[in-house]
Amino acid sequence: MKTRSFMTSMRDFLRALWAIVWKDLSAEWRSRELFTAMLVFSLLVIVIFNFALELDVRARSAVTSGVLWVTFAFAGTLGLNRSMATEKDRGCLDGLLLAPVDRSAIYFGKAIANLVFMFVVEAVVLPVYSVLYNTNLFKPGLILVIFLGSVGYVAVGTLLSTMAVHSRTRDILLPILLFPLAIPVLIAAVKASSGFLAGLEIAEVMTWLNLLIVYDLIFMAIAFMFFDFVVEE
Amino acid sequence: MESKPRFLSVLDSITGILFVIATYMVFFYAPVEAVMGKVQKVFYFHVAAAWVGMLGFMVAAIVGGIYLFKNDRKWDIVGLAAVEISLVFFFIAIVAGSIWARPIWNTWWTWDPRLTTASIVELIYAAYLMLRQGIEDPDRRARFGAVYALLGFLSVPMTFISIRLLRTIHPTVVGGGDPGAEGSFSMTTPMKQTFFFSLFTFSVLFADLLWHRVRMGKLAAKIEHLRLRAL
Repeated sequence: MKTRSFMTSMRDFLRALWAIVWKDLSAEWRSRELFTAMLVFSLLVIVIFNFALELDVRARSAVTSGVLWVTFAFAGTLGLNRSMATEKDRGCLDGLLLAPVDRSAIYFGKAIANLVFMFVVEAVVLPVYSVLYNTNLFKPGLILVIFLGSVGYVAVGTLLSTMAVHSRTRDILLPILLFPLAIPVLIAAVKASSGFLAGLEIAEVMTWLNLLIVYDLIFMAIAFMFFDFVVEE
Repeated sequence: MESKPRFLSVLDSITGILFVIATYMVFFYAPVEAVMGKVQKVFYFHVAAAWVGMLGFMVAAIVGGIYLFKNDRKWDIVGLAAVEISLVFFFIAIVAGSIWARPIWNTWWTWDPRLTTASIVELIYAAYLMLRQGIEDPDRRARFGAVYALLGFLSVPMTFISIRLLRTIHPTVVGGGDPGAEGSFSMTTPMKQTFFFSLFTFSVLFADLLWHRVRMGKLAAKIEHLRLRAL
C-alpha cells in the first residue's frame, strides 16, 4: 500500500517536472531568443580570446580548457538570468508557485531546462572551436567533464538566479553571486579538461573528477533544500 | 529603544584593557623571532583577525539556519552584523598577511590556497551585502541573506580543497603540517601565550562589536518599520 502511494507521488512529481521542462523548451523553440543570444555571445568570446591571448599553436594547448570554461560560464549566466527573468516579468513564477505541485519539481524543472540550453550551446561551441583552432576536442573524457561541470554550475546558478531576479540590480547581480560559489567547479573542470586534452591517464585526472561529482551532489542537495525558502512569499 | 545596557559598557572597557595588554605582550613580552625578526610580530594580530573573520562567517551561517526555521527577524540582524564585522576583520587579516609576506616570501601576494580562499571569501560576503542592498521587502531580504550566508559558508571548504590540491607555501603554525613551508617557525612558550591571548582579545572584541552592531541593526529595523507605516 505504502509503496504504491510512493509510486504515484513519484509519478506525479515526474509529470510536473516534465511539464516544466517541456514548457521552457517549447517556449524557447518558438522564440529562440535565449539560445541565439548565448550562442552568439559564446562565439564572440572565443573570437575575442583569439586576439587577447594570441592563440598560436603553442599557447593554444595550454589555455584551451580555460578559454572553453570562461566561455561556458559567461554564456551560462546569460541563459540563467534570462530564463528566470522571463518567468518573473510575465508573472509566470507566481503561476508556477500556485500550481499544486511540489516546489522541488519547479526547481529541478528549471534546472534541467537551463542545463539543456547550456548543453546545446556547448554542442555548437565545441566543433566551432575545433575547426577554428584546428584542435580535436571530441574526446569522451572532455565530454564527461563538460557534463559534470555544467550540472554543478547550473545547480547553483538556478537557485541563485531565482534570488537575483527579485533584486533591483538583477542582471549584474547574478554573476557576482554565482562566480565566487562556482570557483570549485571551475577549477576542477579546467584542470580535468586540460588533463584530458593533454592525453593524461584517467587515474591522473580522477581527483578532479571526484571533486566535480562531490560538488554536484552537495550543491544539488543544498539547492533542493533551500529552494522552498527562496520562492516562499 | 532601551538605553545602553550596563554590561555592554563594562564589556567596552574590558575590551579596551585587553587590547592594551595584548599589544604590550606582542611588543615586549613575546621574544623576537630568530630568523624573521620583528616583522613576525604581525603574526599575532594577523591570525587573530583571520580567526574573528571566520568566526563571524560561521556565526552568520548558523543564525542564517536558525532564521530559516524560526522566522524571527532578530536572527537576521545578528547575521548581517556578523558578516559586516567579519568582512572588515578579514580584510585586516589579508592586509596584515601581505605586510608579513613582503619580507618573508618576497612578494605582497601569492596565489596560495589560503590567500586565494581568503580573497574569495571576501568576495562572497561582499556579494552577500550587494544582494541584501537590492531587495526592498525586509522578509525576503532576510531569507535570501540567510540562504546565501549558508551557501557561501558551505562552499568555502570546497574552494579551499580545490585550491589546496595545488602546492602551498603558507605555513601551518598550529597543528603541525609541512615543516618545509617557507616562513614557518615553532613557537616558544611566551609566543604561544601571546598568541592565544591575542586570539582571546579579538574574540572579546568581536563579541563587543557584534553587540553594538546588533543594537544598531534593531534601531535600523525600527526606523524602517516606522517609515513603511508612514507611507
